[in-house]
Amino acid sequence: MEKYRIDKSKGLEFGIYTLGDHIQNPATGKRISAQQRVQEIIEFAKLAEQAGIDFFSVGESHQEYFATQAHAVVLSAIAQATEKIKIGSSATIISTADPVRVFEDFATIDLISNGRAEIIAGRASRVGLFELLGYDLRDYEELYEEKFELLVKINEEEVVNWSGKYRAPLKNAKIIPRPIEGSIPIWRGVGGPPASAIKAGIQGVPMYLAMLGGPASAFKNSVDAYREALKRSGHNPKDFPVATAGFFYAAETTQQAQREIYPHIDLGLKLVNGRGYPKQQFAQGTDTRDIMNIGSPQQIIEKILYQHEMFGHQRYIAQMDFGGVPFDKLMKNIEFIGNEILPAVKKYTAKSKGESV
Amino acid sequence: MKIVALSGSKVGSKTRTAIDYTIKTVGEQYPKVEVELVDLADYDVVFSDGRDYREYQGDTKLVAEKIMEADAIVMGTPIFQASIPATLKNIFDLLPEKAFREKVVSMIVTAGSPKHYLIVEQQLKPILSYMKAQIVPIYVFIEEKDFYRKEIVNDDIIFRIQRLVEDTVVLTETYGKIRKAKEEVYGF
Repeated sequence: MEKYRIDKSKGLEFGIYTLGDHIQNPATGKRISAQQRVQEIIEFAKLAEQAGIDFFSVGESHQEYFATQAHAVVLSAIAQATEKIKIGSSATIISTADPVRVFEDFATIDLISNGRAEIIAGRASRVGLFELLGYDLRDYEELYEEKFELLVKINEEEVVNWSGKYRAPLKNAKIIPRPIEGSIPIWRGVGGPPASAIKAGIQGVPMYLAMLGGPASAFKNSVDAYREALKRSGHNPKDFPVATAGFFYAAETTQQAQREIYPHIDLGLKLVNGRGYPKQQFAQGTDTRDIMNIGSPQQIIEKILYQHEMFGHQRYIAQMDFGGVPFDKLMKNIEFIGNEILPAVKKYTAKSKGESV
Repeated sequence: MKIVALSGSKVGSKTRTAIDYTIKTVGEQYPKVEVELVDLADYDVVFSDGRDYREYQGDTKLVAEKIMEADAIVMGTPIFQASIPATLKNIFDLLPEKAFREKVVSMIVTAGSPKHYLIVEQQLKPILSYMKAQIVPIYVFIEEKDFYRKEIVNDDIIFRIQRLVEDTVVLTETYGKIRKAKEEVYGF
């Protein structure tokens, strides 16, 4: 766990992630400028740090309705604007990038931030960027596996010898600058079904599990499959952290939270994925067993603890800005997290040294 | 209310003829309902390669978007080799998994032989259910002998099409009302 900068004695880590979506506020129909959106994301990270939140990450999506295509650039601005919060990508689409350049970028962010940078490498759920960046969608699987493995190799070895199908070979290539501790945490981004979780286990890398909706128990399968695959591949699951990520929104009451956030999530999904969120399924989200952390602070605390008991994960990462949520609402959410949610979650999940999950 | 009348084949004329009758019937029975013909023979649609339907170009994107924007779809299909034609299956493959959620889908089938009567029941309905359509249970099955020079010559078929149109419109309105009432209860 130390390798991935996780200190279990401090309890479950709490993070925030943004996809960097750039969508109108459904209440007003107005969209802020890309300039304002990017600057608000940087401000968002600063406020998260002030509230004691452990992690903040920004994703890349190369299509309409997004503003952080150059997510590494945004993260470097966040690195400069903050002092102690860990920062990362959520996710870096490694399939359509050069792992050498990605490593150089994030090693540099690590130097700027004094050792706070991490990468979550994903495969892209929206695939428009393959055409944009000149890749063949038929290579979706292999592009990801090959480039992800190269990224992990560069992270482990300063001088790299490598050859593969989708990039020129590396011969005694010195990949610099090196991060402060020589390497940075690199997570494999994983979607719902266990197949990808198993690959993370085989590769012996930490897993970042994205969860959109549905019962927590459905995602437990992926967590179990991951740890099982780690064991089978000769790794100790106790050495590898699991992070989960999903929708989050807090308000005074659960009903108010639902009323405020539903139009954003519904519109955001409609624009980005082509289909909205059915109200019937969203309504079930208030059940403690459902994965969506939307509700009153007390309800969210219960849900996070329920999930922690089930997954035994080390970090939870909340998405609360999707679909043009206005900044004052984000500030209010950070207040709920800092004042109520974080202290309770930490209190109940902190472990004394030596105690296992 | 927007209905797409989809003719699902590039081959032959029977399905298109039946769809033309359907469109005419909608116009007569429900003049306020917007109905649009999408005949796959008129479009150059590529095979699905797994991308989001909005990321295709040209006709493929156009056809997919027309279907996604409809409240109801009257789907016309011939039976080829004891199954639906590849052109129609490709439309399903182009669309997202739950593409027909909150849509009513009804079916008109043309076939050369009465032996094909259950093909729709066994092959088309399971696809529509999987994609979350509200299916109009009764479909219109039309045989070769019901056509003469691109006209339907069997009055029973004409009555059946009238009933199918009525069921499609009434169910679309009704499901819409049910959904609205249900969603109001949620309070968000």
